[in-house]
Amino acid sequence: MQNIPLNWYLILSAVLFMIGAAGVVTRRNAIIIFMSIELMLNAVNVTLVAFSSFLGNVNGQMLVFFVMTVAAAESAVGLAIVISLFRNKQTVNVNEINILKW
Amino acid sequence: MAVEQIVFVVLALFAVATALLTITRRNPVSAAMWLVGHFATLGGLYLTLNAQFIAVIQVLVYAGAIMVLVLFVIMLLNITKEEKSKNKLSTKNVFGIGAVAVLGLEICAIIWSGTKDSPQTISVQSANIGTVEFIGHQLFTQYSFPFEAISFVLLAAIVGAVMLAKKNVD
Repeated sequence: MQNIPLNWYLILSAVLFMIGAAGVVTRRNAIIIFMSIELMLNAVNVTLVAFSSFLGNVNGQMLVFFVMTVAAAESAVGLAIVISLFRNKQTVNVNEINILKW
Repeated sequence: MAVEQIVFVVLALFAVATALLTITRRNPVSAAMWLVGHFATLGGLYLTLNAQFIAVIQVLVYAGAIMVLVLFVIMLLNITKEEKSKNKLSTKNVFGIGAVAVLGLEICAIIWSGTKDSPQTISVQSANIGTVEFIGHQLFTQYSFPFEAISFVLLAAIVGAVMLAKKNVD
């Protein structure tokens, strides 16, 4: 495992982050937007683990552990919001959810 | 190319392909299944970085727990396929993808210019720091306060999820 350059991991992470961001801005299904956010979180985790291994420092992997915990909490709350939205509006299409729009 | 590099390229291509499939499927269940494959692939990538513990909890927590929760909600709500949009190249999509492309180019430019003096090989200690033993030791000594604090985050998330999802009984 000695000869994979650090840049490969960083470029892969940037590409995955871009894909996630593109999903957030183009999709209209709230659950798929939620999954794109998970994609972006994971892209950043790849960067953190790569730096942690290349520098021989455990802090990056600890941060990934806490990011995963926060992502689990976020998914529980986010999906609860989707459920209560669906109960009130019978849709998860974000174009039709505009009750907070000015 | 060395065998490690071939393993990395295969895993990276698979990760990018499953990510693209996730954001392009119109059926939310297929998108979620591709996302499960994506998370499992990232677990393999963490193994190439000697991060065994992170690889295991990636598969357990992400591909297991979180995606089961997502699939559970999709099936609970009985969501139909997203209808085809009338114009694929709407102004919103063009501007959105353009902004994302600019962001990605900026990130890549920063990476190319900024990692000249960073280490070029995985450090030898990385085989030790990725183990469950080492991470568990750090978690309960140096990181015991964040560890306790994150449990409050989880408690708040449980209470918040119950409050948001329950029926209003006035």
